[in-house]
Amino acid sequence: MQSADSKIGRLDKQSGYADGFASALLDPKRAPPAFVEGPRGKAASKRYAVYRNNVTVSLIDALAATFPATMRITGEDFFRAMARDHVRTTPPASPLLFEYGRDFADFVDCYEHARSMPWLADVVRLERAWLDAYHAADAEPLAPEALASVPPDQLANAILTPHPATRIVRSRYSVVTIFAANRGDSPVNQIDASAPEDALVTRPDLDVMVRRLPPGGAAFVSQAQRGGTSGCGGGRGGL
Amino acid sequence: MGAGGAPHHALTRIRRDYPVSLHGVCMSIGGPQPLDKMHLDRFKALVDRYEPALVSEHLAWSTHETTYFNDLLPLPYTPATLARVADHIDEVQEAIGRPILLENPSTYVLFAQSSISETEFLDELVRRTGCGLLLDVNNVFVSATNHGFSALDYLADFPLEHVGEIHLAGHAEQTDDEGDLLLIDSHDGPVADAVWKLYDIVIGRAWRYPNPRRMG
Repeated sequence: MQSADSKIGRLDKQSGYADGFASALLDPKRAPPAFVEGPRGKAASKRYAVYRNNVTVSLIDALAATFPATMRITGEDFFRAMARDHVRTTPPASPLLFEYGRDFADFVDCYEHARSMPWLADVVRLERAWLDAYHAADAEPLAPEALASVPPDQLANAILTPHPATRIVRSRYSVVTIFAANRGDSPVNQIDASAPEDALVTRPDLDVMVRRLPPGGAAFVSQAQRGGTSGCGGGRGGL
Repeated sequence: MGAGGAPHHALTRIRRDYPVSLHGVCMSIGGPQPLDKMHLDRFKALVDRYEPALVSEHLAWSTHETTYFNDLLPLPYTPATLARVADHIDEVQEAIGRPILLENPSTYVLFAQSSISETEFLDELVRRTGCGLLLDVNNVFVSATNHGFSALDYLADFPLEHVGEIHLAGHAEQTDDEGDLLLIDSHDGPVADAVWKLYDIVIGRAWRYPNPRRMG
């Protein structure tokens, strides 16, 4: 009894309840912490498992909500198994769930069961960029007339300010076509995935816009995002 | 808590027509480590921007070290955890310049090291910090079932005069290691009849909408 009391005292002093409780949450092979119990000292394995399940399932759900096209492509069972692996190795570091999933594309790139879909990670990148654009700060887009008001001989020196929502996703595959076909519920026809596509993701107002950029477009926008002169555009304002 | 876009647009429209209650879910007030200052700043910015009628959080933790677990995890009730939770509530209230309501949790396990009852713990937090309480009646029912105590006894001990908001939700049924009923606060179904009954008892008992005292 004395040893149990001293163990409890030590746990409290060292804030050990959270260490002990947290350590087995994402690792189903670890036993529940010794200090949790049911009423009248009942066993608590299944009780502790409720927390373990809540944590894992809710984080898989968060990834499923962020990457719906990816899940439609892989099917729900495949996606959830893949997401479970990611949740257990890379749980979120921020309490903002819409920030979660930044490492998911790299994980998918290396996920052995997804090797037959080498373009899948780029779809993940595009969906991640979509959510970033969705939550980005508001800003008025540059009106086309503003560009027209810049004298032609000064266009090359104009600096474009990128809109806070603007993201570029470059791919060796047909990522925009695959994304667009799978983001909704419409039937999907055969897609040739082999044509490289670059995506512009932005949000002029409230709706996120994903567009396939023409050749050279990604380099142009990226240059503008770095704050360089456009060489062919002008004015200050959101792109 | 994003920077802009549709969520803020919708909330601004709602706030124009209705008072709102801001219900935090991830401050990790019940955790042993210091509060996340960045998160507290974001929380304050949200309170300043929307001027909610009520602000609440949970008696629980969700972040430990660098991991966010996205669940309301339980804590033991001891003098040490009481002091720390009170400090955390003070810090939140100091930051936002007003009192919060603290919600009673639903729990599935108990801690061997607990030495204070949950209602005493909450009562003492109210006394030390000036916070109010958010009474989740479903959580009372879930915890009472899971831990074999009387929900009515719990409510008799609960400082109802400090309750500023009441929550009701549905729960799901599972079983524990010994095959006994274990209720899960799943929020995925209608409110159970027994929980409505408890609610009737709560509002029938001298509970009235309080006016949480303003902080200076």
